[in-house]
Amino acid sequence: MNWVDICSIDDIVPNTGVGALIQGHQVAIFRLLGSDELYAIDNYDPASSANVLSRGLVGDLGGKVVVASPIYKHHYCLQDGVCLEDAGYSVNVHEIRVSNGRVEVRLGEGVMERAA
Amino acid sequence: MSSKKSIVVIGNGMVGHKYLELLVQKLEQSGQRNDYELITFCEEPRVAYDRVHLSAYFSGTSADELSLVEEGFYEKHGITLHLNDKAVAIDREAKVVQSAQGKQVAYDKLVLATGSYPFVPPVEGAEREDCFVYRTIEDLEAITEAGSRSRVGAVVGGGLLGLEAAKALKDMGLKTHVVEFAPRLMTVQVDDGGGRMLRKMIEELGVEVHTGKNTQCIEQGESCKHVMRFADGESLETDVILFSAGIRPRDELARACELEVGPRGGIVIDNSCLTTDKSIYAIGECALWDGKIFGLVAPGYDMARVAVDHLLESENEFAGADMSTKLKLMGVDVASIGDAQGATQGSKSCVYVDERQRIYKKLVISEDDKRLLGAVLVGDAEDYGNLLQMMLNDIELPEHPEALILPSLDGMAKPALGVDALPATAQICSCNNVSKGDLASAIEGGCMTVGDLKSCTAAATSCGGCAALVKDVLNAELKARGVEVNNHICEHFEYSRQELEHMVRVEKIRSFEDLLGKHGNGRGCDICKPAVASILATTWNEHVIEPHLAQLQDTNDYFMANMQKDGTYSVVPRVPGGEITAEKLIVLGEVAKKFGLYTKITGGQRIDLFGARVEQLPLIWKELVDAGFESGHAYGKAVRTVKSCVGSTWCRYGVQDSVGMAILMEERYRGIRSPHKLKFAVSGCTRECAEAQVKDVGVIATENGWNLYVAGNGGMKPRHADLFATDLDDETLIKYVDRFLMFYIRTADRLQRTARWLENLEGGLDYLKEVVIEDKLGIGEELEAQMQMLVDTYECEWKKTIENPEKLKRFRHFVNSESNDSNVVFVQERGQIRPATEDEREELKEKAA
Ligand code: SRM
Ligand SMILES: Cc1cc2nc3c(=O)[nH]c(=O)nc-3n(C[C@H](O)[C@H](O)[C@H](O)COP(=O)(O)OP(=O)(O)OC[C@H]3O[C@@H](n4cnc5c(N)ncnc54)[C@H](O)[C@@H]3O)c2cc1C
Ligand code: SF4
Ligand code: FES
Repeated sequence: MNWVDICSIDDIVPNTGVGALIQGHQVAIFRLLGSDELYAIDNYDPASSANVLSRGLVGDLGGKVVVASPIYKHHYCLQDGVCLEDAGYSVNVHEIRVSNGRVEVRLGEGVMERAA
Repeated sequence: MSSKKSIVVIGNGMVGHKYLELLVQKLEQSGQRNDYELITFCEEPRVAYDRVHLSAYFSGTSADELSLVEEGFYEKHGITLHLNDKAVAIDREAKVVQSAQGKQVAYDKLVLATGSYPFVPPVEGAEREDCFVYRTIEDLEAITEAGSRSRVGAVVGGGLLGLEAAKALKDMGLKTHVVEFAPRLMTVQVDDGGGRMLRKMIEELGVEVHTGKNTQCIEQGESCKHVMRFADGESLETDVILFSAGIRPRDELARACELEVGPRGGIVIDNSCLTTDKSIYAIGECALWDGKIFGLVAPGYDMARVAVDHLLESENEFAGADMSTKLKLMGVDVASIGDAQGATQGSKSCVYVDERQRIYKKLVISEDDKRLLGAVLVGDAEDYGNLLQMMLNDIELPEHPEALILPSLDGMAKPALGVDALPATAQICSCNNVSKGDLASAIEGGCMTVGDLKSCTAAATSCGGCAALVKDVLNAELKARGVEVNNHICEHFEYSRQELEHMVRVEKIRSFEDLLGKHGNGRGCDICKPAVASILATTWNEHVIEPHLAQLQDTNDYFMANMQKDGTYSVVPRVPGGEITAEKLIVLGEVAKKFGLYTKITGGQRIDLFGARVEQLPLIWKELVDAGFESGHAYGKAVRTVKSCVGSTWCRYGVQDSVGMAILMEERYRGIRSPHKLKFAVSGCTRECAEAQVKDVGVIATENGWNLYVAGNGGMKPRHADLFATDLDDETLIKYVDRFLMFYIRTADRLQRTARWLENLEGGLDYLKEVVIEDKLGIGEELEAQMQMLVDTYECEWKKTIENPEKLKRFRHFVNSESNDSNVVFVQERGQIRPATEDEREELKEKAA
């Protein structure tokens, strides 16, 4: 799986997220505290069955960097995708990097299998 | 024939039902349920309901809501219920009960829980039309009907129930009279001084009180339906008459089968609640114990407990009951404790009277000055819980007992009786027999809030008189266990919302980072970020989605629309006061049609358009703004709607222009951010069609101006608003509302609506009045100025957004694609769209594939 170009880093307001479509898969991308801290997880919130995680509030809880789903407020760890309230709802995490001011994402392994 | 024991209960009132509930519970717990057959006769057309809160029926509580019986309780527990069937005879020899509908039911044990009936004095004409008693839901239905076509009402009897009935008449808008035989009101519970004060306060509310009046006959009236003629030659014209002259036990069945009854009625029982027939119990208001009838529900519940225990052969005895009571009569606090009249030999009293503030308090103290025997409180019953516990637990009085009832002046603390002083056996909730020890073990078992305690122990769930004490016990117990009771907003700030508000204002902080850097830790979260955004908004009023604020907003504020279950949004334009032109209605219709939105009239007198995708929001709003619509802030913790009724402009009863006032208020307060949402309403007369008394701010027109109500709430825990000030002119009304709102915004907790805020505000409504009306803190002008700043800097958030291309960029589902969210799928229902269910979505996908 290759790195996919998504957008300019300036397209993401610091401390917020955006949604991205990568080969039919919805990904939520977050930019924290400046330009160097980026995360990518699934956009799909299993707790509400809606594609909304990119629109959640980011922050930290008990030392974990998290996003709160806007629908029923489940928290997902941006580093490992685990749902803090119910691990059964965990989501995929994806690789993300900035290169020449562009944000790039590489979908995680599990996603590829499912897409195949 | 089965070998089951048959238990028959006659009367399905509060106590009869309690008995069955307790019995079933114990039988099921001990596995004996199948050994018993349970049968009950219920004369009324419905199962047991909460007679104590009967009057709530007038303020809209339905018969269903008053019910004490859990849905399906009798079926579930296999209890045979003979509804609408009265027991008419008992054959003690054959042990059979005969019913009006012809049933014959054999019993092994019989329980009489027949309650009492209202006594109607033998006055000629008492049987005339529109003369009522006040005991059952049917009575209230009939009173409501008569009230709706009458002008004047009179209550015969100035006791506790009489005054409650008078309030009901008053609330129906009738000119109300109370006619009492004795020289003062509430002869049983209060003394002369208390009765005088009570009378004064009730008269100030516009109820006319006539004491020392012996009604001799009721005849055809001239200006009204009836005229009541009194022994002193005077008379009173009235349309409706309610008799509330005391209760009499319903012992007719017992008399007929020759059980012993008291000389003035009541079925004689012993300490086990057994009558003179050892197979028959009597409990509740029909029972006479030690020569006394108990006209309160708590002793009845105690009897039910004792009778159940006796049947199941566990030890328990009825030992009488304390008749202390605390109530609010027409908004006046009245409490009576123990020997209120000072009847005990050698007792002394100690009285505090303040005619200005309308407060009367009396302590009755034992001869040796050591013990509290009783008390009367009128106008201010805050000390009730403390004093009651002192009396019940025989706690030694402090050296200066008078300090217990004196107002606490600055610097002089009241010798409060800490709950720590109470023994574990102290009964905290008398309605449900919950002791301090019971509460403590529930807390030991994990209860952390008053809510937990209510569901675990049932404390504070009936009359509510013990709620404050339950909270005190909770706090003391938590403290003793080293649990820190803190109001920190979240793990990132060790401060309450109020403290953060203060820092932002005083240190002129303008961003979350700044506040976090100076006073917090970590990155923040979905709790503190929106709360701080709200504080910044009320302090600086910058546009919600300025970049440094946007990152703090919940998705609803971020996209200025309400997210729905499928990730789409709803659009709610403001319709101030609910008034809308035909042109604007057409625009709403056309926009909805163009974008294929689902439309619905909301409960807030406006129109909601559902199913907008995030990228459609700016397009929709462009059209709405062009047509003159503004954001309705349905997404924000902000003013939602100011509901109005049509008012004096059209309505034949209206006395002020309620629509005009509603629009004025909605336009004044639109957009301001607050700890929680704010709802207003303005009604044009006392008929109250706008439902102002369940709003955070409610305004009701009077002949002379406006009555202001505050801190009402619908929603999860409804609260009737408190009357705050009366007959205000427009200017004063706005001034008070400015101050009230700003004071709330500054001091409330996060997501605490005005109702809960006021309930938790130390000093309560009186303190709030001091701050807002008397400007006790000297911050009145500052609060008004801050509000004026918000009013002056208001801008429509949507208008500003669609003018700014930078901000519009964010309204898209994907940053790298023009596609829509394929998961958003609608189906048609009743001619409009609705989100597809998960199954429907799958089906549609398969079809497409
Ligand atoms: C649309 C509407 C229902 C309707 O179809 O009529 C509605 C819809 C929602 N209400 Fe409501 N409420 C609506 C009138 C009410 C009313 C009636 C009223 O205002 O007269 C009440 C009871 C009155 C009150 O609040 O005191 C009401 C009590 C609630 C509550 C409980 C509040 C409480 O204090 O207990 C919530 C939950 C909350 O706010 O935390 C709530 C929350 C909601 C939310 C925001 C739930 C959510 O988070 O999705 C719904 C948003 C729908 C949307 O996207 O627009 N809604 N809601 C009504 C919008 C009125 C408007 O024009 O703005
Ligand atoms: C308006 C009002 C306000 C009150 N406020 C308070 C208060 O604040 N605090 C307080 O403690 N108490 C209050 N009370 C008193 C309280 O309601 C009573 O103490 C309580 O209801 C007594 O319960 P009970 O079961 O003994 O009688 P009830 O609740 O009257 O029940 C008796 C039932 O038995 C039925 N019955 C009678 N005879 C027969 C028969 N032969 N066959 C079949 N059924 C029969 C009756 O129809 C009735 O339904 C108030 C009462 C009223 C009316
Ligand atoms: S009552 Fe519940 S379901 Fe209905 S609109 Fe309000 S929040 Fe939604
Ligand atoms: S004392 Fe009535 S509910 Fe507790």
